[in-house]
Amino acid sequence: MMGIRIIEENCTGCAVCIRACPFNAVKMENDKAVILDNCTLCGSCADACKFDAIDFQAERGTGMGDLSSYRDVWVFAEQKGGIADSAVFELLGAGRRLADQLGEDLAAVLIGNKVRPVAQQLIAYGADKVYWVDHPDLEYFNDELYADNLSYLIQRYRPNIVLLAATVYGRSLGPRVAARIGTGLTADCTGLEIDVDTRNLMQTRPAFGGNLMATIVCPDHRPQMATVRPRVMRPLEPNSGRSGHILRQQAQLKQDLKTRVLQVVEEAGETLNLLEADIIVSGGRGLGDPKNFALVEELAKTLGGAVGASRAAVDAGWIPYSHQVGQTGKTVGPKIYFACGISGAVQHLAGMSSSDIIVAVNKDPDAPIFKVATYGIVGDVLEILPLITNEFKKALGK
Amino acid sequence: MNIIVCIKQVPATNDVKINKDTNTLVRDEAQSVINPFDTYAVEEGVRLKEATGGKITVISMGIPKVADILKECIAVGADDGILLSDRAFAGADTLATSAALAAGINKIGDYDIIICGKQAIDGDTGQVGPELAERLGIPHITCVRKIEEIKEDYIRAQRMTDFGYEVIECSLPAVITVVKEINEPRLPSIKGMMKAKKAVIPVWTADDVGADKDKIGLRGSPTKVIKTFTPEININTEIIDGAPEEQAHKLVEKLLQLQIKVPV
Ligand SMILES: Cc1cc2nc3c(=O)[nH]c(=O)nc-3n(C[C@H](O)[C@H](O)[C@H](O)COP(=O)(O)OP(=O)(O)OC[C@H]3O[C@@H](n4cnc5c(N)ncnc54)[C@H](O)[C@@H]3O)c2cc1C
Ligand SMILES: Nc1ncnc2c1ncn2[C@@H]1O[C@H](COP(=O)(O)O)[C@@H](O)[C@H]1O
Repeated sequence: MMGIRIIEENCTGCAVCIRACPFNAVKMENDKAVILDNCTLCGSCADACKFDAIDFQAERGTGMGDLSSYRDVWVFAEQKGGIADSAVFELLGAGRRLADQLGEDLAAVLIGNKVRPVAQQLIAYGADKVYWVDHPDLEYFNDELYADNLSYLIQRYRPNIVLLAATVYGRSLGPRVAARIGTGLTADCTGLEIDVDTRNLMQTRPAFGGNLMATIVCPDHRPQMATVRPRVMRPLEPNSGRSGHILRQQAQLKQDLKTRVLQVVEEAGETLNLLEADIIVSGGRGLGDPKNFALVEELAKTLGGAVGASRAAVDAGWIPYSHQVGQTGKTVGPKIYFACGISGAVQHLAGMSSSDIIVAVNKDPDAPIFKVATYGIVGDVLEILPLITNEFKKALGK
Repeated sequence: MNIIVCIKQVPATNDVKINKDTNTLVRDEAQSVINPFDTYAVEEGVRLKEATGGKITVISMGIPKVADILKECIAVGADDGILLSDRAFAGADTLATSAALAAGINKIGDYDIIICGKQAIDGDTGQVGPELAERLGIPHITCVRKIEEIKEDYIRAQRMTDFGYEVIECSLPAVITVVKEINEPRLPSIKGMMKAKKAVIPVWTADDVGADKDKIGLRGSPTKVIKTFTPEININTEIIDGAPEEQAHKLVEKLLQLQIKVPV
């Protein structure tokens, strides 16, 4: 029987288990440990106990049995209108490394309409094989059809690892497919490594808004599936001379489709797409007034960058939600990120801390944003920002 | 229209504090709240009910204390709350959570639409909604920012994407997950609070919902956390001093050395 129990005779009340529990699920009562209701049976306390005072018999599921027939690392090649999402190349870079370490092939799964040219590109970026499914009905991303096709290929070819970008589409398709196959899926990973002993994929991801990192494995089920945060992994230099196999696959279609995409609307607006921008200038509550966002926009325009915002600025109604960066907004990773009047709350950092260079302007020298900034300026953003814009204009001859 | 809303309890604190030595949560803020995204899910359910009539049931898998949060949902307009609580559910990852919820929802039976939050702020996965839909064999739409039209067996909605939005239709029953843009949740009414106070939240165990023990809880979870740690921030911040003009000048000089390409 699965369960956890304190063996009172052995418990010395040392409280090591309390510190070991990541879920606050142990407390001390009359110098004896007590397991609370919110215990998730992770076993950390039992591992930590030096006195064999925790009887822990959490029976894990048996899994899928023999896993040796599952081979190769797959990348789902998300594309729109025949153009691959930039995250796909990052995944191929990461996937290549994993495949080489495992001595397996790297394959991409390409689903769409008239997307053959993308296949060649996927090979240039590191794929050994491309499973290519092409049909007019697959023109637009459709959860139902794409899930049918990806699941079919997984069931047929049995990959060891399947990576998807943690985009809106990837985070919708991934769980649908994982549930159909009955395997695990780790969301929004920022680190992927192979464990040398077990050959399992170790998937590291932020939780609690980036306060805590967790490393997760999927030991007894295949494929090991993960969505991967865009702009964290590095793509390889493309090599158009690389050779690989393009394997055309029959499209899985059905008559009684339940889901239809009626319209796809791009809302780039005045500014560049935050996810693709090399430079992002973001404003926060420190701007003090919605009209001061003009200062942010001016610098962004001068540098050909995009405009971002903290949640406080969005909640105040200064700028639309689509500009929000952070845990509940977008995750970005530009070359330069300007944080103007942003305190640097963990939820904001969760969305931008993988930027190459972070510039912070804040009047409070103790603002947490300075802990992650490459360059910090302590000062009044309303004064400094126009000066920075002017300096750039001068230097760039604008 | 019969509406089911899935809600999750999460730690209440804005900035979850982590003990750097042990890599664990600091425990003085034991208070828990409804996952913020789920408040939009509940509100959307209430609005749908107001528009089409019917009934809203909120369901959660969690510890007994979660009953209080289900009552809060009744205070803002839900009709019933159901709590799935059992040691056998403990240790669930998203796949096992979706199995437990699917079993509970199948016991509730008659439903037209299931509404989830976009993601839970503790795990940030956003996986439970689509996994639940797959288990129930019904379609799903994630990141819904607006329901354009809903009829007996059909929904048309706007889904937020990375580059804008798209309009999707699907048959009902279906699962949708909602983003913050969709509405502004209301505060509880006096009448609602009275109703919540009197409400009794049934607690269903794994046996009550006929859940397959191999599919729920730790046993039904393919993924396993092997390590937690505090993220390392090893940045040497360079603070640029001087008068404002000087600061701006020095900064721009440093940045220009990076040879950034600026489109003209
Ligand atoms: C579940 C949850 C999810 C969240 N998701 C997100 C998210 O996705 N994105 C996000 O950004 N936040 C998010 N938050 C909110 C986050 O916790 C912070 O509240 C928010 O980021 C603060 O925004 P801010 O830095 O603009 O405002 P504040 O924290 O108010 O900071 C303003 C800063 O400006 C400085 N300042 C003021 N005046 C000036 C001046 N004249 N010159 C220079 N500096 C000045 C101040 O010193 C201060 O540091 C989330 C919170 C929760 C609970
Ligand atoms: N234990 C749970 N009980 C009920 N609903 C849940 C539970 N966990 C997740 N959900 C729902 O699934 C959504 C996404 O959660 P997650 O996949 O954990 O990020 C939440 O916003 C809830 O609507």
